[in-house]
Amino acid sequence: MRRHPRLLVASLVIASLVVAACGDDDTEATPTTVAATEAPAVTDAPAATDAAATTAMETPAVEGTVTVFAAASLTAAFTEIGEVFMTEYPDAEVVFNFAASSELVTQIGEGAPADVFASADRNNMTKLTDAGGNATEPTLFARNLLEIIVGPGNPSGIAGVADLADEDLIVVTCAPEVPCGKYAAEIFANAGVTVTPKSLEENVKAVASKVTLGEADAGIVYRTDVIAAGADASGVEIPEDINVVAEYPVAVTKDASNAEGAQAFIDFVLAEHGREILDSYGFLAP
Amino acid sequence: MSSGRRRGARARLPVPALVLAAVAIAFFALPLVGLLWRAPWSNAWRYLTDDDALTALRLSIVCSLWATALSIVFGVPLAWVLARVEFPGRTVVRALCTLSMVLPPVVGGVALFFALGRRGLVGQYLDRWFDIRLPFTTAGVVVAQTFVAMPFLVITVEAALRQLDQRVEDAARTLGASRWYTFRRVTLPAVRPALVAGAVLSWARALGEFGATITFAGNFPGTTQTMPLAVYLSLETNPEEAIVLALLLIAISFGVLVGLRDRWFGARTAVAA
Repeated sequence: MRRHPRLLVASLVIASLVVAACGDDDTEATPTTVAATEAPAVTDAPAATDAAATTAMETPAVEGTVTVFAAASLTAAFTEIGEVFMTEYPDAEVVFNFAASSELVTQIGEGAPADVFASADRNNMTKLTDAGGNATEPTLFARNLLEIIVGPGNPSGIAGVADLADEDLIVVTCAPEVPCGKYAAEIFANAGVTVTPKSLEENVKAVASKVTLGEADAGIVYRTDVIAAGADASGVEIPEDINVVAEYPVAVTKDASNAEGAQAFIDFVLAEHGREILDSYGFLAP
Repeated sequence: MSSGRRRGARARLPVPALVLAAVAIAFFALPLVGLLWRAPWSNAWRYLTDDDALTALRLSIVCSLWATALSIVFGVPLAWVLARVEFPGRTVVRALCTLSMVLPPVVGGVALFFALGRRGLVGQYLDRWFDIRLPFTTAGVVVAQTFVAMPFLVITVEAALRQLDQRVEDAARTLGASRWYTFRRVTLPAVRPALVAGAVLSWARALGEFGATITFAGNFPGTTQTMPLAVYLSLETNPEEAIVLALLLIAISFGVLVGLRDRWFGARTAVAA
């Protein structure tokens, strides 16, 4: 009977595995919220020292942690914007949580501490506003176009969306459940072609990596993803008349613990410097 | 043995151990209760009879059973070699064969690309010479699941083989039994509880596999979209449906585990041990 305890342990392991597997394996993206508990008595900072920090801008003091929940496609651009923001406002700290927009909405709905929500589509922002989760009206801050991503130098010689109908090509797109998959389906419909993807990926980065790894011949991703892939991939533009424009709205959340900081961050994204950074990653002006 | 043990168990229950065990049970039970609490019971039937869900469920069951079968076919000999054959670097080989247990599954999926993908070490020849492509196929799902599931069987069976008194096998051999006959009639029955436990662990791991599958095999309904993938994707748009599908997966696993435990791990264990 020596074996019994071990088998009990084994069955508990199984139970935990099954439960774990049913959750979201690789997506836990809890924000590393830095404990910003210094200076409990926040009064009006002396104007003299503050003026030096905010230089030309006539904004109220921005301080404390600003927690930004942003769509995965914004990762690179927003990280840079955050760094520049913090040099502009040395008393503020920006903390990011990047994930699929739909996932972020769920997290905010479940009480995750977000000050700012930046979505990769209107739909997920609407989910937030419908639930009364926003403090300010959503503002569009960027647009993104869809593009065909292919291997470096376009080895399969893909000229446009119509070529993707070729059954011998391995084409991957996002799943229809996520925005990039919805857009891909719209583009195929606009072009009047029937494309049978070999896989419907869970997010746009997975589509890009299937192509950069050489396992897929082509995929539909955002223009910014082709730019981010650098030398590992090439892009084939999709003509405007069949392309879809993804719109990125941003808003302060209702439960924001740092509403002032949140608004300052959004203003910064919308201002010239933020615009330039977004530009450099391939985002279009709203 | 049994009388002494029974008396000990009845006499004094160690309170601290019981409290800690209760916390552990709550730790595993609460997330399940959470799912049950949030489950949209009024719509449950509609989600369960959805064609896509049934397709994903069927694929999950078929693929996980294949993965379990492959784990047994290759895993038992591997466990035997690791337990019985002395060779240099055995520790390294053992660690290598259980590496996929600690590897993040998505990394495992990418590693499978590098090995078996269209541009992979072996995969490019499979593609060129035999026209075999594993990524984005049902076979790819089985490969990914086997990759992460087999170690569970290997370590369980290897441990049992090590504990087995080899004199029993030696006795069979001296009585004229062939090596295969000895393995089949002496060794295998003796390690059967471990083999079943290992197979069930592997199966459970394969059934819940997500990261390696979605990375290596992709996600397409009917060919590679298994239940965990369907659950994950429906979380994006329809969390209610995701909860129902997750509960279905849990119910199936739970049923099998509880059923098997009574049947295999109960009375027969004593005989085998």
